[in-house]
Amino acid sequence: MKKAKSRNDKIFDLINTLIMIVVCVFIAYPLYYVLMASFTDPAIVNSGKLLLYPEKLFAAGYQKIISYKPLWTGFLNTILYTVTGTMVAIAVTVPCAYALSRKDLAGRRLLNFLFTFTMFFNGGIIPLYLVINKLGIYNTIFAMILPTAVSVYNLIVSRSFFDSTISDDLVEAAKLDGASDFGIFFKIVMPISKTIIAVMVLFYATSIWNSFMNALMFMGEQDKMPLQVILRNIVLSNQASSVLSGGADMIERQKLAEQLKYGVIVVSTLPLLVVYPFVQKYFTKGVMVGAVKG
Amino acid sequence: MGRVKKNKYKKLMIHNWRLYVLMLPALIWLIIFAYYPMYGLLISFKDYKGSLGILGSPWATPIWKHFSAFFSTSIAKNVIVNTVVLSILTILFSFPIPIIFALLLNQIQGKRKRKLVQTISYAPYFVSNVVVVSIMNVICAPSGFVNTIIQQFIGRPLLLMSSAEYFRTMYIVSNIWQTMGFSAIVYIAALTGISPEYHEAAIMDGATKFQRILHVDIPLIMPTIIIMLILALGNIMTVGYEKVYLMQAGTNTQVSEIISTYVYKVGLQNAQYSFATAVGFFNALVNFVILVIANQITKKTSDISIF
Repeated sequence: MKKAKSRNDKIFDLINTLIMIVVCVFIAYPLYYVLMASFTDPAIVNSGKLLLYPEKLFAAGYQKIISYKPLWTGFLNTILYTVTGTMVAIAVTVPCAYALSRKDLAGRRLLNFLFTFTMFFNGGIIPLYLVINKLGIYNTIFAMILPTAVSVYNLIVSRSFFDSTISDDLVEAAKLDGASDFGIFFKIVMPISKTIIAVMVLFYATSIWNSFMNALMFMGEQDKMPLQVILRNIVLSNQASSVLSGGADMIERQKLAEQLKYGVIVVSTLPLLVVYPFVQKYFTKGVMVGAVKG
Repeated sequence: MGRVKKNKYKKLMIHNWRLYVLMLPALIWLIIFAYYPMYGLLISFKDYKGSLGILGSPWATPIWKHFSAFFSTSIAKNVIVNTVVLSILTILFSFPIPIIFALLLNQIQGKRKRKLVQTISYAPYFVSNVVVVSIMNVICAPSGFVNTIIQQFIGRPLLLMSSAEYFRTMYIVSNIWQTMGFSAIVYIAALTGISPEYHEAAIMDGATKFQRILHVDIPLIMPTIIIMLILALGNIMTVGYEKVYLMQAGTNTQVSEIISTYVYKVGLQNAQYSFATAVGFFNALVNFVILVIANQITKKTSDISIF
């Protein structure tokens, strides 16, 4: 039954393959380039050459990075905020998502609406800032982990997951066995919902690790700032030279300052990109669960 | 009948009280971090003083003082136009490109090849805005490799990151880089859900791949496209202000100052709370109205809506 490919389809396939290759290069090359440039002699990098591998290996920048304390303080802060923030977010979001998925929850429609509404309308940053101040959590870790404890989008993704995996019969059967709603949630629902927990950890951890504006708005002291703020200061506000106090002459310092930029980008992105291949299957799963119902 | 229903409701609530306990932390969060700030919008009609609190602060005279103050500034028109232009460009480019990408990727033969391309395509989603703008800054600098390529065509490097002329292009291109793969996931999922029978029938009729995309794939994923479009329109005025803020340079503010970055600056850097809240409120309202209109239109024309 299979017909030979028509000429049109052959041309289509050829162009399509080319487009896909261009797309992959467009997406992957900037990341790859930064990695290569971080090991290459800044003189070559500054000549604007396209790099396929590190040329004239030069790693003095990384030595400076390792001895630059604010960067590591930022790193530790980010890890602290990400780990605690993710745990809090999961503990708040997942039980709520389960409750909202139960069809016998009185007021379910209203509660769902109250959450969804905030996706499309909110008070904005100033009122939120005033709340943070009023609670007395400005410049504390709580300002970094509480406002992000619920992402309504994530809540909806989890709810859709429970909607489609936990059947009413299962709940009924457990109830007949005398289990309470707590028992059902912790002993029956949780063990079969590892996927959604993994998806949520991934979503929340990525967004907290990457968040920048919250720290800028809700944190005051420099040594409590997360990595993203430190990174911004070094690369975008051109404070690279402050990393290189004393020593070397002007030209050498300039060279180092340039390379430092590439190095800090690599150091701050690597943790996520290293984990990425292992977690990406959860990633697509999560997006698809969310797509089932808007 | 109403009474029976009410009683049943009450009974269910009492019977299922533990479900509300499971929700409690999220409900507390909802009140403190979502609805209380909405109540805080009240200060846009007041002359807010921290020591007096929201209720204690005196009403502004006239009550719309901060709104009219905003509209009478010379910067108002500028930031509104910048926001709208950037939003429209985002919808125009960042919205259809993932759809085209998904349609094309779907035609690639070989599951592993498809998977590889897809995996590469959404890697940037894990990269923070700070890193994205940092990368743009180093590779698009006058001595960066992007300019080496440009120089081969036009003979001179362009000030891609600092000149106002290129701000929007850079914003959109990097936005496509960041979101193309991620946004495509939904469409790819919708495409894999299409029953092969449709395609088989089309092949029998002698349809080429391109014709099948136009007449089979696109109509069948249309509901997904419409839902995503409504959601995109619902965020039209909330341009990712983090990235815009990071991309701002003294030399490009005439096009890069948008409502949300302006709110951040006058509100938190200059502590003009009431004024900044009024500006933010205006933005949120316009945004919400657009969402409702878009939703109504699609509801009427295609029966698809988000609420």
